Amino acid sequence: MSGEVPLWEVFIRPRNGLSHKHVGSIHAADEVMAVQAARDVYTRRGEGNSIWVVPSKAITASDPAHADENFEPTSDKIYRHPTFYDIPEEVGHM
Amino acid sequence: MYSQGLIGADGRTNETPEFLERFQRRIDAEEKIEPNDEMPEGYRRTLVRQIGQHAHSEIVGMLPEGNWITRAPSLRRKAALLAKVQDEGGHGLYLYSAAETLGVSREEMTEELLDGRAKYSSIFNYPTLSWADIGTIGWLVDGAAIMNQIPLCRCSFGPYARAMIRVCKEESFHQRQGYEIVMTLAQGSPEQKEMAQDSLNRWWWPSIMMFGPHDADSQHSDQSMTWKIKRFSNDELRQKFIDATVPQAEYLGLTIPDPDLKWNEEKGGYDHGPIDWDEFWRVVKGHGPMAKDRIKARKKAWDDGKWVRDAALAHAEKRQARKMAAE
Repeated sequence: MSGEVPLWEVFIRPRNGLSHKHVGSIHAADEVMAVQAARDVYTRRGEGNSIWVVPSKAITASDPAHADENFEPTSDKIYRHPTFYDIPEEVGHM
Repeated sequence: MYSQGLIGADGRTNETPEFLERFQRRIDAEEKIEPNDEMPEGYRRTLVRQIGQHAHSEIVGMLPEGNWITRAPSLRRKAALLAKVQDEGGHGLYLYSAAETLGVSREEMTEELLDGRAKYSSIFNYPTLSWADIGTIGWLVDGAAIMNQIPLCRCSFGPYARAMIRVCKEESFHQRQGYEIVMTLAQGSPEQKEMAQDSLNRWWWPSIMMFGPHDADSQHSDQSMTWKIKRFSNDELRQKFIDATVPQAEYLGLTIPDPDLKWNEEKGGYDHGPIDWDEFWRVVKGHGPMAKDRIKARKKAWDDGKWVRDAALAHAEKRQARKMAAE
């Protein structure tokens, strides 16, 4: 349908030094208006100091139906965690 | 796993004093610099070089350890080593993407590594001659990397600092699996203990050198400290590392191969013997025992991977065309 106002995903950097986090989405005719609208909708109470907007149709997501085979196999790889190794207390940390 | 005092940074910069002052005020206020912020050319160049060297070190660092994956003494050790080498590859990728935020491409960085313009940590130009070396690398080389990388989590450049936080979270497992290997050998048969000692003898000095030249000889350190890319000097980090690892060696009943090493009550740390800087510079300049093999291996991986990259692009094109036809 033509004349539809596109959807944008909004990411905000909450504080100096942190990475942008997804906060929600916004409808806007172009990227300039999207940033302005995101500012008005998502940062009215000092929620951040930087905004990114990305066209929602540019996001490719993993399939929730495949979550098990995508992410479950890491749970039996306990040797990827430091606690797997027996190091006497007195040796200390690096 | 990496890290070494940056070699050959060039912090020269041409901006006006007002610009530099404004930038420095942000740094002094502990504001993080983000990719789209204005920054001195020297700051950008130093970071591109440092993050690039760091990324290359992670990738080249996979080679000496990869050498032992098929010969790990048990399934437990093999699974851990595979996971560690896989992590190093991941660390390289986090770092390449941090460098790419500064406007340099992954292809350019790869090219610089393969044609010898870019450096990587000199430690990876030593060979892994025995299984014990896998333990010693985890203990000392990853230990030295932790010492270096923890302050980098507070580096003034946002993407680098954030990449380092991720890396440091994963690094602790590397150091502990290494120490566990050395401990198993040190508490094993006399032959196993000898293997551990021999490995410590070969890796101790190269590990100490990972912190880079002494402060007095480290020309570019000051500018990096002022810009808060670096938080501690080479010698400060080296001292921390020695103070942490000497008791760990004592616990294992192993001897640090430095006859001058002794506790200095006054400074509350160990004094160490002279470092062979001739050897350090020889290795940095590409004359390490394994330097040629490392670059050859990277070059082969790049060349042999060409058909995979081409095939992936061709496949993507085909899929795109099919999608267009269906629409």
